[in-house]
Amino acid sequence: MSLLASESEILAPLASGWFLEHAWLIPVVPAIAFALIILIGKRLPMKGSELGVLSMISSLVLAAGAGYQWIQRTNSATEEQFVEPVIRSWSWWRSGGFDFGIGQHIDGLSILVLIVVAFISTLVQIYSLEYLRGDRRYTHFFAALTLFSGGMLAMVLADNMMLFLLGWEIMGLCSFMLIGHWWEEDANSRAALKAFFTVRTGDVGLLVGISMLYFSANDWTQEHLGVSGFSIRGISAWALSGAPNSTVITIAAVALFIACIGKSGQFPLHTWLPDAMAGPTPVSSLLHSSTMVVAGVYLVARLYPVFFVGLDILGSGGNLIVVIGGITIVISAALAFVQNDIKRVLAYSTVSQLGYMMLGLGAGAWLPAVFHIFTHAFFKACLFLGAGSISHSASHHSFDMKRDMGGLRKVMPITFTTWIISTLALCGVFPFSGFFSKDEIIDNVGHNGYNLFMIIGLIGAFMTAAYMTRATYLTFFGEPRGASAGHADHGDTNDTHNSHDANASHDAHDVEQSHGPHESGLLITIPLIILSVLALSSGFLNATPFGESWERMKLWVEPRSVEVVEETHLGGPGESLIINLPSAEEVHSKSVCGSAQPETGICYAPQLNHAPFKWLKAMMSMAIVFLGIAISWILSTLLFTKRAPRLVGLTQRVKILGFGHKLLVNKYYLDVLYEKVIVRSIAYPVARAAYWFNQNILDGILHAIANSTRKISGWVYKNVDQLIVDGTVNNSATLTKSLGTAAQPTQSGKVSQYAALLFSAAAVAALVLVIINT
Amino acid sequence: MNMLQENNWLLSVGTFLPMVGVVLMMLMPKAQDQSVKLVALVTSIATLAVGIYTAFKFDFDQAEKMQFVANEKWISVIKSSYLIGIDGISLPLYLLSMVITLLVVIYSLDHVPSPGKPKAFFSLLLVLQTGMAGTFIAQDLILFFVFFELVLLPMFFMIGVWGGEQRQYASIKFFLYTMFGSALMLVAFLALFFKTGAESFSIPYLVENGGSIGKNLQVWIFAGMFVGFAVKVPMFPFHTWLPDAHTQAPTQGSVILAAVLLKLGTYGFVRIALPILPSAARQWAPYIGGLAVIGIIYGALGCLAQTDMKRLIAFSSVAHMGFVMLGISTLTSFGINAAMFGMVAHGLITGMLFFVAGSVKERYHTLEISKLGGMLTQMPHLGWIFGFCTMASLGLPGLAGFWGEFPAILSAYNPGAGLNETVFRVFMVIAALGTVLAAAYLLWLYQRIAFGTPKNSEHDSHSTHDELHDVTTYEWLAWTPLLIGILVLGIVPNLLFSVFDPAVQVTLSAFGG
Repeated sequence: MSLLASESEILAPLASGWFLEHAWLIPVVPAIAFALIILIGKRLPMKGSELGVLSMISSLVLAAGAGYQWIQRTNSATEEQFVEPVIRSWSWWRSGGFDFGIGQHIDGLSILVLIVVAFISTLVQIYSLEYLRGDRRYTHFFAALTLFSGGMLAMVLADNMMLFLLGWEIMGLCSFMLIGHWWEEDANSRAALKAFFTVRTGDVGLLVGISMLYFSANDWTQEHLGVSGFSIRGISAWALSGAPNSTVITIAAVALFIACIGKSGQFPLHTWLPDAMAGPTPVSSLLHSSTMVVAGVYLVARLYPVFFVGLDILGSGGNLIVVIGGITIVISAALAFVQNDIKRVLAYSTVSQLGYMMLGLGAGAWLPAVFHIFTHAFFKACLFLGAGSISHSASHHSFDMKRDMGGLRKVMPITFTTWIISTLALCGVFPFSGFFSKDEIIDNVGHNGYNLFMIIGLIGAFMTAAYMTRATYLTFFGEPRGASAGHADHGDTNDTHNSHDANASHDAHDVEQSHGPHESGLLITIPLIILSVLALSSGFLNATPFGESWERMKLWVEPRSVEVVEETHLGGPGESLIINLPSAEEVHSKSVCGSAQPETGICYAPQLNHAPFKWLKAMMSMAIVFLGIAISWILSTLLFTKRAPRLVGLTQRVKILGFGHKLLVNKYYLDVLYEKVIVRSIAYPVARAAYWFNQNILDGILHAIANSTRKISGWVYKNVDQLIVDGTVNNSATLTKSLGTAAQPTQSGKVSQYAALLFSAAAVAALVLVIINT
Repeated sequence: MNMLQENNWLLSVGTFLPMVGVVLMMLMPKAQDQSVKLVALVTSIATLAVGIYTAFKFDFDQAEKMQFVANEKWISVIKSSYLIGIDGISLPLYLLSMVITLLVVIYSLDHVPSPGKPKAFFSLLLVLQTGMAGTFIAQDLILFFVFFELVLLPMFFMIGVWGGEQRQYASIKFFLYTMFGSALMLVAFLALFFKTGAESFSIPYLVENGGSIGKNLQVWIFAGMFVGFAVKVPMFPFHTWLPDAHTQAPTQGSVILAAVLLKLGTYGFVRIALPILPSAARQWAPYIGGLAVIGIIYGALGCLAQTDMKRLIAFSSVAHMGFVMLGISTLTSFGINAAMFGMVAHGLITGMLFFVAGSVKERYHTLEISKLGGMLTQMPHLGWIFGFCTMASLGLPGLAGFWGEFPAILSAYNPGAGLNETVFRVFMVIAALGTVLAAAYLLWLYQRIAFGTPKNSEHDSHSTHDELHDVTTYEWLAWTPLLIGILVLGIVPNLLFSVFDPAVQVTLSAFGG
């Protein structure tokens, strides 16, 4: 408490600015652009693509402006002051007497991801100008791409879970449209369906999780912060307040994480991601680097207090997130070894890297994991665009490394150089960007007591280095093969469904370009160069090895775990505009956030540790990476170039290796389980059984009743009707008959009999009911 | 109950204006098809204009109160009166029925189904409109019952005369099933009347006095209403008339059936069954919720088993109305708001899907899914519209369907006082799983019909190339309002929620908030 007293001087209000307060424009711009492209795109000179590119550039400018002002804001705060996010909220809908808002929640994390998304989207759209030139659905492609980015941007800056869900699902829709872009082919439309459906399966968890959080947190958040139980700020504070029931928050965290498993391609729902390669390459690049798959990781990072408390992240040696993350790293890296399709290698590598992010988040390494989102976006986008560049200009739209590539380093120097830089970044070689994020994750996982998972992380690093070396060797070294050797004919590339992403419409400009492999044009190489520069340099934004002053991300992005004592209670639920600027009298104390209940104030972020950087540890992991590269290089040379007789065909000769290989080629049979067993059984036997029940049991009962009624009514007609209700029935029957001549007279006649019968029965029944109960 | 009586002629005019059109048409000679169409069009436009004027005059700040109330002597022998009025719950549905009728009339200008007879067809459409609008404004049980039954006959003939091959079976099944439900409902109404002292059939009166009925009897009376309304909704296991009726009905019939008629049942629950018999509702709620989630899963499985596009959409109604009923069964204002929104959203979306199905049938002469394919190549606009509706139907946020579905799931986590939380939370998870199945059957349907390459071999023998034209002008005119509605309500859900919410809260005051 002495600390509190010494620091209770009046703090200056935090800096804000136009860009921070208007950050909500960032997703609005692409949304408007999307509508315009759909409405008038086809009539524009560049078929609507200019609108897409322009909107992305505007979003980038807005995001960069907000980023600059956020840095000013953090600088205006003292070291130990909680930097309030810039939250604005408007009334969106009301139900049950409550108002629900829509708005922005801008803090370091959302700014960081906003910038990455807008930046990568801009480059991908520029790249697509060239890559998809002449495509028959050029306009639609840009519309969907723009909406895709818009959805991600909306999700990232959402201030509440409803808006978050909106962005999340819009991305799902756009992934469906983009993966199935060339839907004439069955394989593509299946991949689109699979992507949407798998993610949707995980989304059940999101629906359940949001519902649980809403009803558990709402009372608390209304009382303490005046916001609804959807509010991200409210949920975070509630999770750390000590108020939540531990079972409820655990189940909610697990439910939300299930959604992340689906969206971020974690084991066991990762199977849709490699199939999603059916979409055009720019889509893969965007989907894998900065949108869609990052959404799940972002959700965990965004609602970190819920996971932190619900899964007891620092208090145990293992939890759901680290286990799933760890499994994902290894199993997907193993799958990358048996792929011949270059995009699939990259796809599995994405799955594996997402595993690292999850592992980091699960083990309390929040900042390194978030930083890995940042660095990964650049080098992964670069790798995918590089693969696209190869298929576009060198291998006749084939992605098959074994058949159509090889020796490309000489003809595609720019693509090759950018590829190598990004590969080194992916492998985590010092001083490329991946080193600063991935090594930090592994280091912190160990530091927080998850030793087993640290070893898994190192194994993963070894495997990453090895499979990337294999892919690099197959693509750029050795002798040119197939299309890259210049003797490809078109028919040749079209007979493998999975490893090419072109369709007939591409052939038009194929003809003019089929002068053998060459370097791609500027619209393709410039994005590659920009991305590779960032793949090399972006790690220095949080270069822990060089000391505290280099740790910019920690300063800007990591929320300071400080107990905010004076509530910044601004406005209740209402239509009014809310801008949360902390009041001047705000006082704060040294925090215990996360580990204990806050005494008087409100916590927004748990207290996390940071592992001190040690060069020795870094050298060790570096050695593991180089070992991976070396072993893989030697094996690749022997296997693919020298064709060493002892190695070639080893999987056929050694049974256990053969089994392992088969298991990998068949993707652990997970697809078989999902598609052949689960989906097929629901789609066919179960659905048919339900329908059989409908047609035979339910309708059977109905027909039986109808038939017996008909018999009874026949009897009644003879014995009762003629005597008692004669006139009424006859009259109504003739009336109905005359009306319903077209509708088979005899049947309609009967209808009125039934009706009369039913109503007399009703009257009798009503009487009986009343008499019995008086 | 507070009632506002200004402008009390508005509702009667809006409801009975279509009958004027019917009379005019009856006076016309049979051959004048064009003038018949013109009369129908003008009448339905005029009706909608009155409806819009009503909405304009409606005091949205007092949406919880009955407005434009008229109370005239009617059948004084049984103490039933012509008591009509409208509040935040009925207004959107009242307008929905008018909009749908107008759009159906516009669509029919170009698409009178075989065997023709436009005069009879348009007359029935307008009679139907009177019945639907009347049901939503009636505040007297007998009046309600009369309108509720009035709807039955035009639909019966529409299916029976203009329907598909098995129209007789379907129309009679529809008629008898609904009749059966109505009979039990009438029993319940009569019992209610006698047990509250045989004073009045007026709903406000019964809401005040219904609670005094003994609990056991309440449960029985509720049972009667339950069957009556559940058949109409339709809830599992009373739904089997629906797929047949939809499959056989002409496009217009299907659209009206899906968009408005099904809502009469759910509206009945919210307007009559719940407020009059609160303690019985509380007892019934878990069973209603249970049947609702069975309906969600069962309807979805039924969809997966279908080979006919229209029948699939019909089964999807069973699933969607399951979400509506789940919202109602929670007995919370949150849940019932969701249900009300779900009704309107389902009306727009499923109505639209049936329009698309009708146009597919018209062009390809089949609805067999296996014979369709590549619609996006042949008719890109129709394909995109179909895709839009598919996405709306599976509950994509940002489109109308979401606001009926997700809040209903959400509300089940925290049901009203006195209901078992565990049971409803299980319902919530099952309903959430239902959204996955919804995505499955809808996307699978879309993939098979719109993607891929056209299967030319089949339709070449039946039709010339000209028939595969994209969306026509009449279709655009009829569909655009629906498409805009789906989008606008998806983005600005408060347009509806703010109207429902106060009225729903008043309705639920019997449950103690």
